[in-house]
Parts: sequence; structure tokens; C-alpha cells
Amino acid sequence: MSAEANTSIHQTDQALGRLAKRKAKENRFRYAGIAAVVIAMAMLGWLVVSLVGTGYTAFFQHYLTITVTLSESDLDPHGARDADQLRTANYRKVIQQALYSRFPDVTDRRGKRALFQIVSASGATNQVRQMVYQDPDLVGREITITVPTSDDVDQLLKGYIDRNAPAELRKVSDRQIEWVDQVVAGGELTREFNWRFFTAADSRDPELAGIAGAVVGSLMALSVAFMLSVPVGVGAAVYLEEFAPHNRLTDFIEININNLAAVPSIVFGLLGLAVFLNFFGLPRSAPLVGGMVLGLMTLPTIIIATRSALRAVSPSIIDGALSLGASHTQAVFHHKVPLAASGILTGSIIGMAQALGETAPLLMIGMVAFVTEIPASIMEPASALPVQIFLWSDSAERAWAERASAAIIVLLLVLITLNAVAIFLRSRLERRW
Amino acid sequence: MQFKTIVASVVGALLAFGCGEDKAEIKSPIPTADAAGEIRIVGSSTVYPFSTKVAQEFKNKTGYNVVVESTGSGGGHKLFCEGVGARTADVTNSSRRQKKSEFDKCAKNGVTDIVEVKIGFDGIVIANARKSAQIDVTLKQLYLAFAKQTPKSDDDCTLQNNPHNKWSDIDPSLPNVTIEAYGPPPTSGTRDAFVEIAMDGGAKKITCLAALRKEDKKAFKAVARTLREDGKWIDAGENDNAIVQTLVNTPSAVGIFGYSFLDQNADKIKGAHIGGVKPTFENIAGGNYPISRSLYFYIKKANVAVTKGLKEYALEFTSEEAWGPGGYLEEIGLVPLPDDVRAQYRSAVENLTAYEQ
Repeated sequence: MSAEANTSIHQTDQALGRLAKRKAKENRFRYAGIAAVVIAMAMLGWLVVSLVGTGYTAFFQHYLTITVTLSESDLDPHGARDADQLRTANYRKVIQQALYSRFPDVTDRRGKRALFQIVSASGATNQVRQMVYQDPDLVGREITITVPTSDDVDQLLKGYIDRNAPAELRKVSDRQIEWVDQVVAGGELTREFNWRFFTAADSRDPELAGIAGAVVGSLMALSVAFMLSVPVGVGAAVYLEEFAPHNRLTDFIEININNLAAVPSIVFGLLGLAVFLNFFGLPRSAPLVGGMVLGLMTLPTIIIATRSALRAVSPSIIDGALSLGASHTQAVFHHKVPLAASGILTGSIIGMAQALGETAPLLMIGMVAFVTEIPASIMEPASALPVQIFLWSDSAERAWAERASAAIIVLLLVLITLNAVAIFLRSRLERRW
Repeated sequence: MQFKTIVASVVGALLAFGCGEDKAEIKSPIPTADAAGEIRIVGSSTVYPFSTKVAQEFKNKTGYNVVVESTGSGGGHKLFCEGVGARTADVTNSSRRQKKSEFDKCAKNGVTDIVEVKIGFDGIVIANARKSAQIDVTLKQLYLAFAKQTPKSDDDCTLQNNPHNKWSDIDPSLPNVTIEAYGPPPTSGTRDAFVEIAMDGGAKKITCLAALRKEDKKAFKAVARTLREDGKWIDAGENDNAIVQTLVNTPSAVGIFGYSFLDQNADKIKGAHIGGVKPTFENIAGGNYPISRSLYFYIKKANVAVTKGLKEYALEFTSEEAWGPGGYLEEIGLVPLPDDVRAQYRSAVENLTAYEQ
């Protein structure tokens, strides 16, 4: 009987129809959600695949082994063995001689010039130059060294230059390809891991360029930004949320903080230029100034994240503390802030990640620059990782494309590391009740 | 317990940072900048590749640290003219000559003795995709293609909005494709040079505009140098690699950029012939290719005494090994100056001869 009554209400045709409709609706929502996730993942996957696809080759570099004669008549005609004099000697000639003696059948001027273009002109000469500078006794001897090939030869061997294309359309001539094939067959040209990419500062030549200067600059600026914005931001948020009276002034401040979070980042660069450089007279291009600008930029993000993390802590915790006799300050610092720590950390890391990828504010304070040295302190001129990527992707030589992609891969890896640390800390700090 | 450590570390960090900053501020006026002792170069993004190459070679030979900022020619002159002393830029690169207004502003701020060095030539090319039809235009046709307003005919200077939709509308011998150009934005020195050389040069070829030029230079410039805003000319941003990519994907489009990008991408794009002259290294060097400009850098003489290595940097730049034929700057695309002009600027650097505007 009762079963019959049930069927009469819930299993009529209309009821079943409504049920089916509702289920279909719910399913549609679920599929839409899945589709959104799939599309987002596909985009990300595409980005990563295309980056790794063009960038991974930059982690390898081709090197040529040559025997150079450091003749005294060329380098040190007066026999003084003065290191500074030796440093300015003509090492191009040394490298050219080495190549001419490897390929004695090349005698014409054009051929000789093309031959020299096989090795990295700047890299090879500088390698010998620094060796002789360090050890002047090398003059007069014959040494065997391994030097980077030119970016064109490197690109050819990596398959980015089509051998079969008509000669006038490619950067490497038929003769050059022939020479390269000879040294490859002779085992003089080898492919090795590109350590230089991780240890060298920026260079004008793709085959010599490294990201160390930019990474160090970025990390320095980021630590300054962290030390500035996290303590100040968290402190300000705790005060505003827990202690400040609610009046027009604090409302005004709150509106301003929310506005600042949406201000274009270049504005912070202008602020840095006007205040830190022109008024306080801090040096241009210094990671200290870069970090201060980035710190100011992330401050609103951290304040807003911290405030919402504090708000998310259950009021019963505070009530419990207060009812047991804790003062308001004790209740906040003993209970509320520790419980909100994971949220605060997440906000800070998002802010820092944002700062890591920022170029625009750095333009105004002179960090969009070519710096020949890896900075040793936060007062020395430096560049930053996103700036490096920007400058490389804007350069003419084809080989920069893979270097820029590789630098983006490194930037992404740094970001992933930052986030992984955040997740680890969060899971350690998170308390459930 | 835990909160105490957090608070302590937060306060500690705050204090430490506060102190650190104080120290930095006390230390910072001139001495730190001096102690760091790097050579400061700002300016044109077109000269940047050459300037950084010299900076690198110079650093290898002498150990001096050089910082080259890519700020654009205008931004460079602005920074350069801020004043003298270790805290200011020592050199500015420029893809055009310093303007009178910039020279005056420099003088106003005490930057009086400036050494001008012309370093070489750079061609501006109009290129399209390799597989598209070869374009052979004259400067006049370029003007008619890109100007916002054009005269009705050679003799009737009544201006009308540019009526040309296709290249073949200008001259039947040109390809029958829609005009679509990707060029540098107004902030770029390449754009300045393009309108100054190609657009002015083309407008001059129209009889009535040539007459206007004699009467009213300003009005002529307004007519000649205003590029069309109806979507046929597209400001493509500063990234020339992006323009090259666009040309490959859009066979009907042309792009405007520096010669080195054509040289590097010869397998993807080809340069338009201007008045029958092909954009090649030889033609630019020989002065046959019409759209080429000079590149410069300017040295602040007052800073030579303050910045160690500044004069030596300029000497390295103007050495035959660097800017001469077969030098390392030619290898990366700088078109060398004739011998006598090189000698003239070399001696200006050696004697630090200030120039007159």
C-alpha cells in the first residue's frame, strides 16, 4: 500500500521526467567543469611542450677541439710577459692561425673568413686570452683547447638550419658545412652539456650567454622584496583586521589598499625612479632598488590575502581564548595568527611569484640592462630573469630563440620550486580543528 | 610558543631590514657608485647589439664592468642630459643624431662638452614572406602606400584620405595584394628614421609637395610623415622577431625593420627592392640602398675623469678591430663607415673633441 502511495507521488511520468531533466542539468554542469579543466590543461600542456621542444636543445652546445700555437712574436713581441699587456694582445689571429693550419687547403680570403666563422669568435679568443692572462708562461707553447662553435654551426648541427635549403637562404655556406662534417667525422667536434648557460653572465653571443647573472639578480631582488613586503604586509594586515578602530580613516585606507593591488606595475617603477633613485640617491640597476619596488608592488596582495586568512579563522577559537582569560592581543597572536599562517603563506608566495615574473617596473629603474658581471652584492648592477628573456627574444640571431625558451624553462622551474616549498610549509603549518 | 618565534623572526627581519636600509642610504651617495666603477651606457635599442658586443670584448680585455641599458634613443638622451658625475650615464647610444632640443637641455644641466661619434650605417628594409611576390617599389610609391593623406595628383595638392587599398592601385606593375604593413611604433628610432628618409624622400618626388616643402617645411612634414590610421599600417611593437613571424603567417603583409633581421631570416623573408636596389650589405655600405641611416654614440666628456675606463671603451669601439671592415662589429651586421670618416671620428675620440650642434 505504502509503496503504491510512494510511486503515486514520485514515480509519475512527470516526476520521472523532472528527475531526468535535473540529472541531465547536473551532468551538463559537471561536463562543462571537466571541459574547462581539460582546456586549461591542454593550453598549459601546449605551452610546456612548445617551450621544452624549442628550449631543451639550449642545454647542449657543440664544441670544437683545436690546437693553438701561442707564438711569442704574435702575443708578446717584447718578451715582457706583462699580464695586462698580454690581455690586450690580438688573440683573433691565434685562433685564425689554428684553424688555417687545421685546414691548410683553404687559402683564399673569403674562405679564410668563412672558416673563422665556424668557431665562436668571441668565445674562442677570450678563452685563450684568459688562459694566457692567468698564466703568462703559456706564451711560446702549443696548447689544445676546446672552444664553443659559433651559433650558426651549433644551430646547423641541432637541425635548426636546413642543410638542403638553397645556399643563399641559409646562414651556413656549403663549404662551411663540408668543414663541419670533416671535424665531426674526425671526432674533433663534440656535443656537450652546456654548463656555461648556468654559470655565465649575459653575453652578446648566443653561444656564450648564460643566465647566472639574471638568476642571481632575480634572487637578490626577490629576497629584498620578501624582507620588505612580508613583515610589513602581515603586520599591517593584523593591525587593520584586529586592532584598528573601524572608522572613516581605516575605510579610506582599505579602499586604497584594494586600489593599489590593481595599479599597473609600471607605476611602481615610476615611484621607484622618483623616490629611491632621485630622492634617496640609490644606485641605478641595483637589485636593492628592484627588490624595494617589487616589494611595494606585492604589499597590497599580501595585506589582502592575510586579512582574508585571518577572517577565515573560526571566531569560536578567539571566544575560547578570551573566555579562558587571554587578553585580546594574546588571543590574536597565540591563536588566530598561527591558524591563519597557511593562508598568509599562500598569499605571500603568490605575491612573490608575481614579483619574480615582473619586467615593467624594472625598466624604469634601469634593470633592463646588459651586465657583463654576475652581481656580488645588492648594490651592484644586475638584470633579472624575465628581463633576460625579454632581451633575448628581441635579438636578431636565430639561436636566441632556443636560449630564451630555455631561460623560460628555468624561470618556470624556479616558480615550481617556490610553490612546492609553499605547499610543503603549508601542510606542515596547517592545523585542523 | 610557536607564535613567539614567528613574531620574533618577523620583528627581527624588520629590524635587520631597517638597519640594512639605513646603512645603504648613508653609504649610497657618490662613493658606492664610484666604488662599483662601472661604465654606464644608455640609449637606442638598435645600437644596443653593437654596444653590448664592444662592452663584452672590452670587459674581456680590461676587466672593466660595463652596463648597457636599452632605453630607446629618446630615453637615452633624456638620461644622458640629466647632469654630470659618477651617478649619471657616461655614454648614450642613438639611432639618429642628437636633436637641438636635446643638446640645449644637456647644456642647461651642465652637460656641455659632448663628443659625438658616428659608428656606421644601418639599413631599414621592407620585407615580405619568401613565398610571396617580390616587391620592387620606389620611395614615391612607398609614400603613396603608407601616408595618411595623399595629394590628388602630382600637380594638385588637395589632400584626400589615402585611397590606395591594394599595391596595384598605386601602380599596376605592383602586386595585386592588399596593403598591410607591420612597422615599428612611434616610440622607436627605426620609425623616426623610416618616416624621415623613406616618407620624406617619397613625398619630395611629388611635384606639388616639393613646392610645399620650399614654402612651408612644417606643413610638408605634417603631410609627409603622418602614417595612415585606417588599419593598413599596423604598429607592431618593438619585437622584430614577432614581425618576422607575422610575415611568414600572413603572405600578403609587409614588415619594416632593421637589416639584421632580414639577414638572419633570409630563409623565411625577402627584402623589397627600393628603386630597383636590393637590400644587401654591399648596397647599404656603398650608399646605393636609399633607406639607410647613421648610428651614433655620445660621450660625456666631464665623466671621462670620473669613470675609469670610459675613454678606453670609446677607443675600443673606434678601433679598426671593432668597427673597421672585417671587424667584429661588421660580423654582427654593422655597416662600416668610409675610411676617412672613421679616421675623423677616431681622432675626435682620441682628443675628446666636443661637437657643435
